[in-house]
Amino acid sequence: MNRINTALEQDKKLLSIYFTAGYPSLNDTTKIIQDLEHHGVDMIEIGLPFSDPLADGPTIQESSTTALKNGMTTNILFEQLKDIRKSVNIPLIIMGYFNPMMQYGIEVFCAKCQEIGIDGLIIPDLPVNEYHEHYQETFEKYGLINVFLITPQTSDERIRFIDDVSNGFIYMVSSASTTGAKSTFGDTQQQYFERISALDLKNPQIVGFGISNNETFTQATKTAKGAIIGSAFIKHLTHNRTDNIGDFVKSIR
Amino acid sequence: MNYQVNEKGYYGDFGGAYIPEMLYPNVEELRTTYLDIMNEPSFKKEFDQLLRDYVGRPSPLYFAKRLSEKHNTKVYLKREDLNHTGAHKVNNTIGQILVAKRLGKNRIIAETGAGQHGVATATVCALMGIKCIVYMGEIDIKRQAPNVARMKMLGAEVRPAKSGSKTLKDATNEAIRDWINNPVDTHYIIGSAIGPHPYPDMVTRFQSIISEEIKWQLKEKEGREHPDYVVACIGGGSNAAGTYYHFLEEPSVGIIAVEAAGKGVHSGESAATSQLGKEGIIHGCKTLLMQTQDGQITEPYSISAGLDYPGVGPLHSHIYKTARGEFYSVTDDDAMAAGLELSQLEGIIPAIESSHALAIFNDKKFRPEDIVVISLSGRGDKDLDTYIDYFKL
Repeated sequence: MNRINTALEQDKKLLSIYFTAGYPSLNDTTKIIQDLEHHGVDMIEIGLPFSDPLADGPTIQESSTTALKNGMTTNILFEQLKDIRKSVNIPLIIMGYFNPMMQYGIEVFCAKCQEIGIDGLIIPDLPVNEYHEHYQETFEKYGLINVFLITPQTSDERIRFIDDVSNGFIYMVSSASTTGAKSTFGDTQQQYFERISALDLKNPQIVGFGISNNETFTQATKTAKGAIIGSAFIKHLTHNRTDNIGDFVKSIR
Repeated sequence: MNYQVNEKGYYGDFGGAYIPEMLYPNVEELRTTYLDIMNEPSFKKEFDQLLRDYVGRPSPLYFAKRLSEKHNTKVYLKREDLNHTGAHKVNNTIGQILVAKRLGKNRIIAETGAGQHGVATATVCALMGIKCIVYMGEIDIKRQAPNVARMKMLGAEVRPAKSGSKTLKDATNEAIRDWINNPVDTHYIIGSAIGPHPYPDMVTRFQSIISEEIKWQLKEKEGREHPDYVVACIGGGSNAAGTYYHFLEEPSVGIIAVEAAGKGVHSGESAATSQLGKEGIIHGCKTLLMQTQDGQITEPYSISAGLDYPGVGPLHSHIYKTARGEFYSVTDDDAMAAGLELSQLEGIIPAIESSHALAIFNDKKFRPEDIVVISLSGRGDKDLDTYIDYFKL
């Protein structure tokens, strides 16, 4: 069974953390992953940096620019991760834009992920219909769960289609925004969380975008299975480098 | 071979809509409505009337006698430089503002490189009384101060794109982010034949007025609708798409695309996408783009800000891949010389973008009886500083 599915079966709300590989320094990747697991994080999204990350706000974009300047490439990331499964057991997801994966070769990319022990992918600019028509077979052949995003504007019909194609969880974008854009949740978000919950989907939902502290984590996980923190953790790395990761995790739950 | 977009938004292998889910409702709304809107009689009437009375269309098809003599062939110039705002860009912004109005949008965003598309967008927003925000790279804002002033005078807000390389591609990223954050009330007017489907097709259709007019104008002057060649410069490719559109499925018409070689195709400072690019995804579509081996989008270079884009529209990638068109690339130096030549032979100072198309005579020999239509996509006023610096005027 895929580690993502195993994690989702646990009787608790999941905390998932995103960081950009190659940030703050090129070789911080494994230390960050190990520390996050050590301090009780349930799942990790490893950002493969891209020059033009459309769905991200300034914090993640800047971390990507720095990571690329530090020399991060797809090959280097795979090299850094090659022994990661000797020390880390929680699900690992690579989150990145489609172009670098295309250039690597989709099949080779997926094969490499499987070899390393990557459990899933999040590719914000690969729409569900393209995936379904052209790539689903390849992803599944290599045991990879592909995670799709939904937003408050996504129609019920489309959510049902995404639910159908998904086999892990649904990434529920908290509001109409790029990453890191909001700092609190209002009634609109609460109603949206409840609307999705009422759809009774086969895939659990994990909320992302705008989760930055204990308050937003608790709010988001009232109905959802878990929450993803990205920009807030990148800010932590900016100020602390790779120190005090435990303090950050404790401040969330 | 078919050069129309298919129902999935592809030209052959290129196109599609590779967009984050956050943009899906916006793009889907446009995709499902744009053709119906464009085909409404009331839309056509308003569009045609504005093109005529406001833009000043039809733009002349001018027989360039002295240029023809110099190059020993028959050269016609399609005078998009005479349009209101000084370039072909306004054909598209007029069309899209009318679409936006019919979709009930009350806020317009746009990206701009040199500022031409920004000015054309700010212009139509002023005309319609709609709020306008233009994203422009911080570096371009400094390079193109007069166009920034024009946009402000027209009532638009110019927001600097401070991320990445701080030029056109980053301005485009910022505009897309704005759209993600404002999904309901905002329409994004993309200025070139790029972006997710239906943008390349919609922009191409609005610009296709160029080739539609060439056909009847040439019929009047030469007794035939089809020239032997149509020539246009290509950055993202909107003026080229419009210049080619009605000739793409007419094999007797040669299609010539001129890209910016910058300081030389292999100098490391170039924007010759068809020569240097590989298939990939940029700004929501699958097309040819300049990138590293690792799939990071690289920063192009051209003396002409309007050609300084690392991708090319999916229609053009398809034209290139199917060998329907001949692709040439012209250096800064050759383009500047061609701009000077036109100025002194015909009394027309062209935009540096258009000067690239005019430099075709260095690479391609035409027969004396050939009819060659060159799209003079814009006028050179905006480039005066660059011409002054270059020629030490």
